[in-house]
Amino acid sequence: MGSQQAAWAGSPAGAPGRRHGRGPGFALVWALVWIGLVIPGVAPAASGSPNPDLEDQVREIASGLRCVVCQNLSVADSPSDLAKEMRNLVRELVRQGKSREEIQAYFVSRYGEFVLLSPPKRGFNLLVWGLPFLAILLGAWGVYLVARRWTEQREEAEPAVDPAYAERVRRELQERERPSGS
Amino acid sequence: MAGPESLMSWKKALIPLACVPVIILLAYGFRTDPKAIPSPLVRQPAPGFRMAVYDAGELSLETLKGKPAVLNFWASWCYPACYEEAPLLESTWRKYKDQGLMLVGVDIQDKEANAREFMRRFDFTFPNGPDPGSKISIDYGVYGVPETFFIDRQGRITYKHVGALTPALMEAQVQAILKGN
Repeated sequence: MGSQQAAWAGSPAGAPGRRHGRGPGFALVWALVWIGLVIPGVAPAASGSPNPDLEDQVREIASGLRCVVCQNLSVADSPSDLAKEMRNLVRELVRQGKSREEIQAYFVSRYGEFVLLSPPKRGFNLLVWGLPFLAILLGAWGVYLVARRWTEQREEAEPAVDPAYAERVRRELQERERPSGS
Repeated sequence: MAGPESLMSWKKALIPLACVPVIILLAYGFRTDPKAIPSPLVRQPAPGFRMAVYDAGELSLETLKGKPAVLNFWASWCYPACYEEAPLLESTWRKYKDQGLMLVGVDIQDKEANAREFMRRFDFTFPNGPDPGSKISIDYGVYGVPETFFIDRQGRITYKHVGALTPALMEAQVQAILKGN
């Protein structure tokens, strides 16, 4: 094998040996190039490999659905068998042309609103969305009240100057400033 | 006009008042069963299904039309709950099949050989079949196994039970769907 390769490398262009070697070798190289370049382009359509747009849609919808057998994992992220089957069902429904809302409504009709990772912003659920902001506002108001109280206490805590003491200091300073000879 | 003293007392009362909704929320939370998730399917028409039954052709919801039915989701890997309730399922079937009760087992996410061994072990004579792709399970909003649905003659789900069935519960629910309540 090694000697044959060496012979091919060393043979001059147009030499009979090369021509002879070029037939099957050349065909093999072209076959490999053909396989390498053409088949990958054809393969996806032929094998039904994932459609990126479809998979993006499936992932987006599945990421809003709760994996019902997991702890705080979405259907998109869960490795469980049921989540995998739910993803497959989402894919099937997207292929059927169902919208995100229709697919969510289907899962809600089977599992209840619990299946949605984000509760819909209506009715009692508004509390879930509104309470954190209300808590932040109340907390900020509380911090403001406490800070104001601390500031007032510090101002009150400063000792008031006794007017008699202040008068005495003033007089002593005047006497000190007065020329000693007078 | 409220004086500064009444304003201060109002502010002091605000702190315990703010705790009231939190206490109410906690009281509500502690009184509910965290495992109980109400099924939106109860009192609704049972979703249609078509299932290949092990060694017995095909079965669909249409086959059950006009009959009270118990639909049980199980798996051979579901231990111990499915093993605990399996004898009860078979005895219920034998007791009530002549009164028109249909009992159907849906085997989910299982290997056929293991499922057949499970059925042989408990001598199942009621129709059971696999659920490829978990389509029936998802359509019934199943979380895990075992889960059991009781369906009345009108094809409405009257009750859903999560976990192993007890004889008392089974008796009460079967009587209810047999009487059409």
